[in-house]
Amino acid sequence: MTDTVAETAPEDLVSGRGGGGPAATRTVVAYGFWIFLLSDIIMFSALFAAFAVASNRTAGGPGGEQLFHLRNVFIETMCLLLSSYTCGLGTLSAERQHRERFLAFYALTALLGAAFLFIEISEFADMVGRGDGPSRSAFLSAFFTLVGTHGAHVTAGLAWLLYMVAQVWVKGLRPRELRRLLCFSLFWHALDIVWVGVFTMVYLIGGR
Amino acid sequence: MFGRLTWDAIPFNEPIPLVTSAVLIIVIVGVLGIITKNGWWPYLWREWITSVDHKRIGGMYVLLGLIMLLRGFSDAIMMRSQQAIAVGDNAGYLPPDHYDQIFSAHGTIMIFFVAMPLVVGLMNFVVPLQLGVRDVAVPVLNSVSFWLTASGALLINASLMIGNFSRAGWMGYPPLSELAFSPDVGVDYYLWSLQISGLGTLLAGINMVTTILKLRAPGMIYFRMPVFCWTALAANMLIIAAFPILTATFVMLLLDRYVGMHFFTNTGGGNAMMYVNLFWAWGHPEVYILILPAFGVFSEVIATFSGKPLFGYRSMVLATLAICVLSFMVWLHHFFTMGAGADVNAFFGIMSMIIAVPTGVKVFNWLFTLFRGTVRFETPVLWSIGFMITFVIGGMTGVLLAVPPVDFVVHNSEFLVAHFHNVIIGGVVFGAMAGYNYWFPKAFGFTLDERLGKASFWCWLVGFYLAFMPLYVLGLMGMPRRLEHIADPSWQPLLLVAELGAIVIMAGIFLQIAQLYVSIRTREQRRDLTGDPWNGRTLEWATSSPPPPYNFAVMPQVTTIDAFWEMKQSGRTAAAPDYEPIEVPRNSATGFLTAFFAVITGFSAIWHIWWLVIIGLLAAAVTAMAFGWTDDREAEISAAELARMERARPSVGLSP
Repeated sequence: MTDTVAETAPEDLVSGRGGGGPAATRTVVAYGFWIFLLSDIIMFSALFAAFAVASNRTAGGPGGEQLFHLRNVFIETMCLLLSSYTCGLGTLSAERQHRERFLAFYALTALLGAAFLFIEISEFADMVGRGDGPSRSAFLSAFFTLVGTHGAHVTAGLAWLLYMVAQVWVKGLRPRELRRLLCFSLFWHALDIVWVGVFTMVYLIGGR
Repeated sequence: MFGRLTWDAIPFNEPIPLVTSAVLIIVIVGVLGIITKNGWWPYLWREWITSVDHKRIGGMYVLLGLIMLLRGFSDAIMMRSQQAIAVGDNAGYLPPDHYDQIFSAHGTIMIFFVAMPLVVGLMNFVVPLQLGVRDVAVPVLNSVSFWLTASGALLINASLMIGNFSRAGWMGYPPLSELAFSPDVGVDYYLWSLQISGLGTLLAGINMVTTILKLRAPGMIYFRMPVFCWTALAANMLIIAAFPILTATFVMLLLDRYVGMHFFTNTGGGNAMMYVNLFWAWGHPEVYILILPAFGVFSEVIATFSGKPLFGYRSMVLATLAICVLSFMVWLHHFFTMGAGADVNAFFGIMSMIIAVPTGVKVFNWLFTLFRGTVRFETPVLWSIGFMITFVIGGMTGVLLAVPPVDFVVHNSEFLVAHFHNVIIGGVVFGAMAGYNYWFPKAFGFTLDERLGKASFWCWLVGFYLAFMPLYVLGLMGMPRRLEHIADPSWQPLLLVAELGAIVIMAGIFLQIAQLYVSIRTREQRRDLTGDPWNGRTLEWATSSPPPPYNFAVMPQVTTIDAFWEMKQSGRTAAAPDYEPIEVPRNSATGFLTAFFAVITGFSAIWHIWWLVIIGLLAAAVTAMAFGWTDDREAEISAAELARMERARPSVGLSP
């Protein structure tokens, strides 16, 4: 009388209703990380909403059209999008156990990410230097907070990238490292998605 | 060196906080002394502080919630007493400055550090057991979540002794909460403790959703999950969707306060109503984060003690998910008086009333489950029935408040205070108490005393009606909320009744403490050796009480809703005894250490001690990186060892 179940379980599996028992660790970890990214994007959406509300509240100060240099922002954007591409190539190399190729692609990713940050920080420094810092107006508060939070994410991502390179350097490419690389690359790609929103909403629409 | 922190931060000239702090310090030192004297530290460190077992973490959450309930209730009875005596010429015993801190702390503590830990703790303990699995998705993250919540609680209590707390209400509305009007550390305590505990809650939500969607026993398709798991899923999805909004909002307020930005200020183009909108875009879902798991508890309790399957399982699930979605479409009803215009207010009024429909479906489902059931009136059932009556009253006053013209008349009055206490006490607290009495034997292996439990319930119920029904009337009489002094003496009689109600609730709390004490003292006579003290229906009753660290030696096979009931009916309670080795997560100090550094970071940020902020952040990052480097996170229990452990346990449920 022990298992009448054994016959019913496969049917549940086949019908795809999730009756197949606990998922594999890789699935669970990646799934959980996806949900974390979702929550992060919701946090950004609140910052986007604040930016939308504040976008023309310049309190007599400069607006986007006076402040933004679309040429720099375009270069910045290309750096980040390219870094996502190299990050993807690096992660694929890791999956195929190509250690050297992985390291090369991740080094390239780090360089492009650093270039992005450099351009962003110069933009910020330039604005603050001209007296148009975050406390100038609600518009600038929202601008610095939204773009700066993305920049803080990129900075954290760079630190994580170097940490992962160190892990692979020391420990190699076993399932555990691959799982962590998967999470990192999801994070890096998500930053791209957020940046596409920033580029469009802040610079293209707000910079006209 | 120490930023804004000087000796002036200690309230030497304010007797109430000074004496309270002194007593608190004596109690804490006493408890720590007893632990040290008896040599309990290794046990506590090994079995609780570094434990990543979801059952232990759930237990610690509930304990945190119960302890903070005492703090939050102390605030409540102080306010009730002040309002009862400070009438006419009498100024009462609390100065306005202190009174404002008390009502701010009361609301903040009751929502974030009582209701949330109780609800999250119950979900943490119960959900993996009901799903028939061995732990949550990421056990160490679970420990991090709990300790971050505890850190927030610690910081908010530190404000009692060092500095002061916010006077801006539990919502912290700007411009009052801005630097110009709240220049001291009170609002910073509020913001940092909620940021830290909010991060913990978010991580807990991610963990729980992943667990429910990805880790279930074989055969447990979605429509075989117990209703409590469904409500936990809905509540945790709401956590993931709502808490990041709160985090972002508080970041903006912090930036306003710390670096002079202009999100919500009166100057520089800031917009205070943006804060109010964002706050309630989190705040209304938060209400359902609290109440949905309580609905789940009632569903389990009523089905179990009626000896019947839950009436309308599918409609219950759909109602839960409907509430989950609708909860994001009603936030504006918290500030109809903003002046968004008739069309906007009408939309949000109608949406708010629509929520009553799925809630009504649930109430009828519970009633039909009780109908013609063989109902056993144990303590959890009393809480459930008390809830059904009380909550329906609260729901009806809620529908009244959802009518914008009515809201214009009674908003910000005691009517509102009565309404939300009606749903939060009558719903969330009663649900937490039902769950506490229901699952306590599962957690600790012995039942709670029924006589004291019932006495406590009656005190809470009667005390609740005495304390809050007068507030409805006072609200209609025009009494605003948060009054430190009562100008109109005709309000005093009802305020005295409310004070009496608070005292009766206090008796209920004392009876609960007595219940716990007596039950522990007489635990040998009240052991639950069957693992199934209530004749339960779901899988948590299929293992011993308390369950072993791995929950189930052999993973249960699920064929129906109410899986354990079906196993008992078909006699299929004994699974094949061929054990396989299982992996259990090792203990980890990561959660405790991260939280320790979070406290340091938060505290030094509150007092502008910047070098210590940097050290705290770096130390937390190093802790996370050290954990990220480890490889041996699981320990294996071999098949032979498992068989030996299983033989040592009372033979119950699924064990052979």
